[in-house]
Amino acid sequence: MRDTIAPLLDVAQLKTVFHTRSGAVHAVNSVSFSVAPGELVGVVGESGSGKSVTMMSLMNLLPRSAEIVGGEVLFEGRDVRAMNRAELLRLRGRDVGFVFQDPMTSLNPVFTVGRQITERLRKHMNMSKAEAKMRAAELLSLVGISDAARRLQDYPHQFSGGMRQRVVIAIALACDPKLLIADEPTTALDVTIQAQIIALVRDLRQKLDMGIVWITHDLGVVAGIADRVIVMYAGQIVEQGPVRELFARPQHPYTRALLETLPSVTGARSERLRTIEGQPPSLGGAPDRCPFAPRCAHTFGRCLTENPQRIEVGGGHDVACWWDPQTGEMRHV
Amino acid sequence: MFAFTIRRLLFAIPTLLAISFIIFAILDLAPSDPTGNLPLTISPEVRAQIRSSLGLDEPFPIRYLLWLKQFFINEPLNLIEGWTGWTLGDGERMRVTSWATRSPVVDLIIERMPQTLWVVGMSQVIAIVIAVPIGVISAYKQYSWFDQIGTFVSMVGFSIPTFFTGLVFIVLFSVHLQWFPSIYDTNHVIDSWDSFVFQIKQMIMPTMVLALATAAQLSRYMRASMLDNLQQDYVRTARAKGLTERVVVMIHVLRNSMIPVVTVIALNIPTIFGGAIITEQIFRVNGIGQLLIIGIQGADIPLVQTLTFIFAVLIVLFNLIADVLYGILDPRIRYE
Repeated sequence: MRDTIAPLLDVAQLKTVFHTRSGAVHAVNSVSFSVAPGELVGVVGESGSGKSVTMMSLMNLLPRSAEIVGGEVLFEGRDVRAMNRAELLRLRGRDVGFVFQDPMTSLNPVFTVGRQITERLRKHMNMSKAEAKMRAAELLSLVGISDAARRLQDYPHQFSGGMRQRVVIAIALACDPKLLIADEPTTALDVTIQAQIIALVRDLRQKLDMGIVWITHDLGVVAGIADRVIVMYAGQIVEQGPVRELFARPQHPYTRALLETLPSVTGARSERLRTIEGQPPSLGGAPDRCPFAPRCAHTFGRCLTENPQRIEVGGGHDVACWWDPQTGEMRHV
Repeated sequence: MFAFTIRRLLFAIPTLLAISFIIFAILDLAPSDPTGNLPLTISPEVRAQIRSSLGLDEPFPIRYLLWLKQFFINEPLNLIEGWTGWTLGDGERMRVTSWATRSPVVDLIIERMPQTLWVVGMSQVIAIVIAVPIGVISAYKQYSWFDQIGTFVSMVGFSIPTFFTGLVFIVLFSVHLQWFPSIYDTNHVIDSWDSFVFQIKQMIMPTMVLALATAAQLSRYMRASMLDNLQQDYVRTARAKGLTERVVVMIHVLRNSMIPVVTVIALNIPTIFGGAIITEQIFRVNGIGQLLIIGIQGADIPLVQTLTFIFAVLIVLFNLIADVLYGILDPRIRYE
């Protein structure tokens, strides 16, 4: 199905580098993926694996110290990196919505919530003040905030954390985006609020039919909502596949280890939580070997001399690893 | 907010009473003698009579209470009479009188006020107009050549005292280039275009000396505050909404960055009224600062007392104004 529909977002060989005092840090390394219209792609990986930087690179929302050094980002076939300032602003404003991790800090404290929503509507939908206000109230009720018209005049600090995240989602949805990028939208929230936000996004997705990229480090969340999963490690995509396929047949040792770290509901209580031994590698220097090799239980000589490319293993599922879990031997590629 | 302001104003009364007592007591303890400057030929008996006529043989509490009455009741009534032309009571009141000039202290201050307000006030306005854009651009283009030069100039303005920059300005612009007069002429009357130009010319040097020092300080505050806010998450949200950089920086970031800077500006305003003592002295601007110096040198206790106390009132008042402004600018702060 993926091949028959033109992708909404197509990213190829994206490379982003942070310039630091101790040299270049390769935060995103030859990352390629695509998102189909209406598809929900989950991106998982531990902190520092480059999930957020990848997504910020798409619309060039990077901090000043970061630079995109290579690759191609196509949004509906248009080259985002080649766009001029006005086109990029229009793309950010109209076609893509962002939801960030911490709702406590991602809203401007000195402006009312209403103003922060209408600002976008007025700039990108050419609405009058009154129209924008009506639409903003609609959006707030859409994300489940009651008494929406009155709450438009409230400031962010007058909302609770979960409510603020709903406001951020309302801003993201303001111009009916084709793509929603949610960067750990539930990480800063407590578990019950988290469940509400996930239910909300699932509901909105059906109503609005938009592509969603959902970044998280919570495999449980991904299993519940995603169509397809991307696993990132050390700035690279190490495995990618449809959600059922990937959870049923994890290929990469890192994905397998991640799945093993999930605490089991049925397991004995006294059992210690499992962890992946070791630390993620530092990302200085271009990688000439598999970044997971130092922590991997199945390392071959080849892992230390050559960084594996992603190989299709069937059913839209691919993995970047020399080890074949079926045979326990090295793949012959 | 209104209730908060009223409560703070009421709280200011005991604060100011305490301050007035401390000022009065300290100046009273100072070993100064109002007859000290008189010729030695005047006999001790005459000196004692002079002191008695100044009320100095009354005990300390009586003198303090009398001063309070003069300052808080007589002087305001007198001001009201002056403004409205009414006569309240019999119009005969004891006023706070300067020992040196025998004229009422408040009249002296009112005479001196315009010069100080023009020169020092204008310097504050110029400082703000210069400092805010410099701070914004320096922060937005951090470590650029603009920022480096701005940082250098700020450090220079910050670390070189005004008496030095004042003299450098005089040597450079008055002595060598002869662009501006080195002495401020207070008697100058503006009645034509030429006299207006002259007024501007004579104001430029003292104003710029003070503005440089203040702008150096303010631009650093502005830069630090902008840098702090540029890194906030809400800036990324604003950019992600597709807003132009101009809107992101000049509306979202600037509004947040102004909060601490406005407080600094408000707390600086009493110094405008207080005059810039050293700068006024260098350029011979006969403003409040110079009046205070003359009062101190001549042991003119009533003058010094009154001026010091007026500064205290202004500081308390502008502290309150800074707090109220803070509440207006930052919706998270609401005083109950």
